[in-house]
Amino acid sequence: MSQTTIDPRSLRAPPRRPLRLSWSDERVRAIVWQVLVVGIIGAIVWWLWSNTVHNLEVRRIATGFGFLGREAGLPIAENLIPYSPTDTYFRALLIGLLNTLKVAVVGIVLATVFGTLIGIARLSKNWLLSKIAGVYIEVIRDLPLLLQLLFWYAILQGLPGPRQALHPVGGVFLSNRGLKLPWIEWQDAHSYALLAFALGALFTWFYRRDAIRKRILDGRPRPVWPVALGCLLVLPVAIWAAAGAPWTVDWPELRGFNFRGGLNMSPEYFALLLGLTTYTAGFIAEIVRAGILAVPHGQWEAAQALGLRPGQVLKQVVLPQALRVIIPPMTSQYLNITKNSSLAVAIGYQDIVSIANTTLNQTGQAIEGIAIIMLVYLSISLSISLFMNWYNARIALVER
Amino acid sequence: MSETLDHIASAARTDAPPAILLDKVNKWYGALHVLRDVSLNVALGERVVVCGPSGSGKSTMIRCINRLETHQEGTIKVNGIELSDDLKALDDIRREVGMVFQSFNLFPHLTILENCTLAPIWVRRMPKKEAEELAMHYLTRVRIPEQAKKYPGQLSGGQQQRVAIARALCMKPKIMLFDEPTSALDPEMIKEVLDTMVGLAETGMTMICVTHEMGFARQVADRVVFMDRGEIVEIGEPNHLFENPQTERLKTFLSQILRGH
Amino acid sequence: MSDITLNASAKVAEAAPRSAPISQVGFVGWMRANLFSGWLSTAVTLLLAYMIVRWAIGFVDWAFINAVWSVPNNQTQACRDLRGTGACWAVITEKHRFILFGTYPYEEHWRPALCIALFVGLYIVSAMRRFWRKELALIWVGVLTLIGVLMWGGVLGMPYVPQERWGGLVITLILATFGLALAFPLAILVALGRRSKLPAIKALCVLYVELIRGVPLISLLFMASVMFPLFLPEGMNIDKLLRAQLAIILFAGAYLAEVVRGGLQSLSKGQYEAADALGLSYWQKTGFIILPQALRLVIPPLVNTFIGFFKDTSLVLIIGIFDLLTAGKTAIIEPAWQGFGIEVYLTVGAIYFIFCFAMSKYSQGLEAELNRHRAR
Repeated sequence: MSQTTIDPRSLRAPPRRPLRLSWSDERVRAIVWQVLVVGIIGAIVWWLWSNTVHNLEVRRIATGFGFLGREAGLPIAENLIPYSPTDTYFRALLIGLLNTLKVAVVGIVLATVFGTLIGIARLSKNWLLSKIAGVYIEVIRDLPLLLQLLFWYAILQGLPGPRQALHPVGGVFLSNRGLKLPWIEWQDAHSYALLAFALGALFTWFYRRDAIRKRILDGRPRPVWPVALGCLLVLPVAIWAAAGAPWTVDWPELRGFNFRGGLNMSPEYFALLLGLTTYTAGFIAEIVRAGILAVPHGQWEAAQALGLRPGQVLKQVVLPQALRVIIPPMTSQYLNITKNSSLAVAIGYQDIVSIANTTLNQTGQAIEGIAIIMLVYLSISLSISLFMNWYNARIALVER
Repeated sequence: MSETLDHIASAARTDAPPAILLDKVNKWYGALHVLRDVSLNVALGERVVVCGPSGSGKSTMIRCINRLETHQEGTIKVNGIELSDDLKALDDIRREVGMVFQSFNLFPHLTILENCTLAPIWVRRMPKKEAEELAMHYLTRVRIPEQAKKYPGQLSGGQQQRVAIARALCMKPKIMLFDEPTSALDPEMIKEVLDTMVGLAETGMTMICVTHEMGFARQVADRVVFMDRGEIVEIGEPNHLFENPQTERLKTFLSQILRGH
Repeated sequence: MSDITLNASAKVAEAAPRSAPISQVGFVGWMRANLFSGWLSTAVTLLLAYMIVRWAIGFVDWAFINAVWSVPNNQTQACRDLRGTGACWAVITEKHRFILFGTYPYEEHWRPALCIALFVGLYIVSAMRRFWRKELALIWVGVLTLIGVLMWGGVLGMPYVPQERWGGLVITLILATFGLALAFPLAILVALGRRSKLPAIKALCVLYVELIRGVPLISLLFMASVMFPLFLPEGMNIDKLLRAQLAIILFAGAYLAEVVRGGLQSLSKGQYEAADALGLSYWQKTGFIILPQALRLVIPPLVNTFIGFFKDTSLVLIIGIFDLLTAGKTAIIEPAWQGFGIEVYLTVGAIYFIFCFAMSKYSQGLEAELNRHRAR
């Protein structure tokens, strides 16, 4: 049916049959079913809604988000942007959201790295390594995450105090006050260098795409690495040096009963990050393993037989196929980390759920508080899945 | 299998009302026009073979007859009942029309016997014992009664297709539709299925069969329909049609088929 | 992994088979191939072996050799002296009844214990292929009713125990099992609805599934604990456990629906068409042809999802329901026992692990079996 000319008849809309009011008419049945189901669910929702409105009236709870502008008066231990208890609820919730993102983003990066390593270890030819990875995956996946979080938190709380802190390498202290790491003092020069690095990365990416396109056209290979070196290393370093090359490392040191300086990770944050990372890594390891196994051995052989070098085999043939299997379940693991970070409330890390929960207890605005939690997570979930769907569609195998 | 099937009225073919009537049937998939003014009358007891190149709309046409696909224009009548959105009419038609698929479509989780008795019990509301006797009767006709307790996965392709035929017959249909029943089979199994179909034809069953098996067409078909690009191009008595093709399209098609064999 | 295997040649060979060099077969050969196949592999093996041995010795020292197994009348000083060097299993000896049964009346502990046994029996029966029949649903209804009778009591001479006093492992099992039993039918309906041709029903099902899967379980549990009372007319109240159970059912329903939908999608179109051509109605087609096949296909992912819920029931801790984990956490609130969290969490973890590990092994075995069937 490879018709190139359009048949005039195909422009005619298919005729519509009149609707008969009879149970044996398919469309009548469809309408009746839908009206019935939507009606029942609508009635239930309406009933719940009218009860809620009535209950709110009786309890004299004003609805609406007006409380967001009021003074929160709740102390928050960890904040990425300045905050004091005299700030508004809105700002408190914003801090909570940032805290959620802080643990989720770092957790996603660490769990991906850690999980990939374990997944590869599981496939290792070394029996001992593979077995250990297998035991890790099995045990970590068969225990509730909440239990693991409480366990890590109990271990951290059982650590000695700052004066007897564990001190594995210079500048790193682990105590019941959390983890202290050395950190550079941040100055404007660092921000400029970072900006240059980001722009350089973007430029390198475009340059590489263009180089590949031209190479395919004329067959002449164009090396990308000189550009990459220039944009990613030389330029940022030069900018940093031009700005006076500031380099002050802020070492944590013991003063009195606690540490001063350095990068601080509270025990709550550390336990949450540790729990989320180790737990999710167990799942990611299985996904990575399945992804690599999903590429048939024949694909390796065929690529090698064509004369591709091992690096090219991996990059051009194996990884594109493995990623196709890996990415959808990986997306749901990233979503899971984000959603599971809400367990923070159980060990006292102040994420969005914890702060919204305090807010709704203080103000009595239960519906609004829960609506905020749900809205935040729905938007995060939606953005991650939209991005991943877009990415997935880009790399999807074209099939008939 | 030469004895007549008891439930089929062995009335004279010519003066009976048409078992199937297609009148100017049109169908589109989106903008693609897949059936164009297809008109065809099939008399009770008549055997029609439909052939044509792939994508010519022959499968779509017979799938419209029991409404696995819906046509958008024109009339289809089966046993005098018109196909429409009326679900009661559809139930009546599906009860009268049996279908055999290219990929068998046996239900893998049911035994051969259960495959055959499911519809008689639940659609024809037949007592289970009676349905099983009926199923064994037809399984004997297709010569695999000993496999009744097995599952479809344990049978060869040819055996599965014969079970599929028996399953359709258990509904005591007046009309049988075959959608390329031998295309998915290995050559040595094609014959056993075709023999079963020939046997069925000899009982006077009304049949429409989409197939490329020209030998079968010559042996049993009363008429052959040649379709191309959604249209019926030629209709005729098999020997006449194959020996004196009127159109270029049929000539090309026949030469390709013959070269392929 | 040498290609020259000798035991394969059962037939008489022309040349008498020579046995392979000792370094290629048997235990030595296995070690060479799997542990010491190169300098890197050897280094990894030695390093890991060293770490395992060290860790194992440390653990045995802590958990067994230096451990305190019991103390007289909550005098935990002996335990505190050993902090960091020996485990204090005395906390388990003292509190195991509390961790398993919560505040259920002490002399009636046989009732929740019997319920736990019934649950385990129910799981085992459901796992066995020869019980995969319609009667299984009846067994479930019967056993779950019996468990309700046992827990509440008030008949047959068993004193009535209000729901507020239930606790421990049995709550975890109740939340997980009732959650599954009720979420499953819901999930099937939603999965069918999501594949329906009726736009309004499809939209409702998509909305439900995506909404629930987009938010954490905690937010649903909060909703059940603080918002739900607002939903009901004045004077009508549902107790907290039931509200949490409802939240878990709604949550599980959405995830199970996606699993079931996966099974529905993997069936070939031909199955639907063959059923249509035989004249089966929608519900006959679904009940006799589609669901029996689709559900069988998704049993392994269903078991995995169930493991997930089993673990997730522990989240009710956050809204203060007395499940296994909450009981464990509460056991160490008493000042005398504070600071022995690791021992308690290891024990509670072992209980969760036994259940989840058994289920996960079962699901792996089943999957391997199904794959074998498909490969045939």
